[in-house]
Amino acid sequence: MSTVRIPPTLRTATGGAKLVDVAGGTVREVIAGLVATHPGLEAQLIAPDGDLNRFVNAFLNDTDVRHLQALDTPVGETDTLVLLPAMAGG
Amino acid sequence: MTTEILTPPTTRTTPLDAASAASAAPPRLTGMTCRNCGVTQPIALAYVCPACFGPLEVSYDLGVVAATLSRESIARRAPGIWRYLELLPVDAAPARSLPVGSTPLLNADRLAPTLGVDRLWLKDDTRNPSLSFKDRAVAIAAARAVEFGVPALACASTGNLAGATAAAAAAVGLPAYVFIPADLEPAKVDHALAYGATVVPIDGTYDDVNRLCLEVADETGWGFVNINLRPFYAEGSKTLAYEIAETLGWRTPDVIVGPVASGAMFTRVARGFEELAELGLVERRPIRFVGGQAAGCAPVATAWEAGTDVIIPVREPDTIVRSLAIGNPADGRYVVEVARDSGGSIEPIPDEVTAEAIRDVARLEGLYPETAGGVTLGAVAAARRRGVIRDGDEVVALLTGNGLKTPDARLLGLPDGGTQRARPGQPGLAPVIRPSLSAFEAWLEGAS
Repeated sequence: MSTVRIPPTLRTATGGAKLVDVAGGTVREVIAGLVATHPGLEAQLIAPDGDLNRFVNAFLNDTDVRHLQALDTPVGETDTLVLLPAMAGG
Repeated sequence: MTTEILTPPTTRTTPLDAASAASAAPPRLTGMTCRNCGVTQPIALAYVCPACFGPLEVSYDLGVVAATLSRESIARRAPGIWRYLELLPVDAAPARSLPVGSTPLLNADRLAPTLGVDRLWLKDDTRNPSLSFKDRAVAIAAARAVEFGVPALACASTGNLAGATAAAAAAVGLPAYVFIPADLEPAKVDHALAYGATVVPIDGTYDDVNRLCLEVADETGWGFVNINLRPFYAEGSKTLAYEIAETLGWRTPDVIVGPVASGAMFTRVARGFEELAELGLVERRPIRFVGGQAAGCAPVATAWEAGTDVIIPVREPDTIVRSLAIGNPADGRYVVEVARDSGGSIEPIPDEVTAEAIRDVARLEGLYPETAGGVTLGAVAAARRRGVIRDGDEVVALLTGNGLKTPDARLLGLPDGGTQRARPGQPGLAPVIRPSLSAFEAWLEGAS
């Protein structure tokens, strides 16, 4: 199972957990799995069109998934997906 | 010819009259509001909306602000950003702060014709304490950092912010941690080191540094000026708008041109002018906002040109303009909105044009900006060619950093990379001459 790192703003929905193990073969499946086990995350992570909320950036092993295959990027068993706020920097 | 320089009034004493008046009034800072969903929460060390993950911004009661802020009250206050205290996200001017702001507007009537514009002012923000506009934003962040009691001040920097954060941390007595791309210009690294900061080079792009710092901020609780203090930090750039309006005699120009990296400054300058109009401090009239990006890292210009606000990040920026080399700009979509809604544009500027613009403004106006300033001046010319800047327009260009930070940039495009020795009458470095009049005269006559 891959590991998803949860930012502090979202940890209320994961019972305070910083790291959550989630099954899934792609970024899309991992995020769907995360939301399935922690439904409180849906409003923050998923846009009305089913895509990732534009204020969330997802990094697979420290690479922005938009530089890979976006939500269709394959995820391996030992991979780490980090979810971070988009509004930072500059 | 006499060069005209406009500076805000410098008479009078301190902004304390505003601070004391504000403290007796109802709160002018009403909380933090999510720009995306509108949920409000009390002011805290926070930057992300817990409901939707959108950006939190500080909100004001402009009715309360108007009770103490007027052209007259501002005129009575000391120079610097705190003269606009009521429109800044702090309760009072801090006890310790660097002398930031009140930088001049230079009438650039020698440069203007080379860019094709009729009236051009240069907002000379190269002369802030750490030599860039970032001092404005960091002054606010540092003041809030002290109030929040963070153990250290930190930042993810493309360069200018490194010096600004390190200097402000020194001024308020906090340790500074400055994270930078490892290949940053040496002058910027040395600048931050000089103030006693711990500089952490990261083997990656600015966006890699920024992503790492988001995680570091979570783990350490340090006050990252452009991450967890960003709602306060970003507000500091509004003072550029206030100063331009005040210096012009409480009126606004037709066009503002500035650089775009994350977009925080560009969008807050626009908001600053909007606030002045809402308060009746200036007459409301349209301002076109033009942004410049380096062509080698132009995700916002690309989106604007395509007519979308969806920003496609640039993975590997390829430009000498390191201060604008943000491939994933946080405020990018809002920059597109400001440019589109105002009738402005976002212009991608090739590095060669940037270097030439730096040389031109330095030799024609005596002002030496860093690369972002070259991009801004390139954007003036590009927007003029596009028709966004029109005949007779009054244009203000924001020169946001000092050329001493990017000393190699002006050499790009010069014959032999600027190493060619100057002949008499030519600008450039003459050959080394023996300390004798005959040797000098020989060079003057072209014999050496």
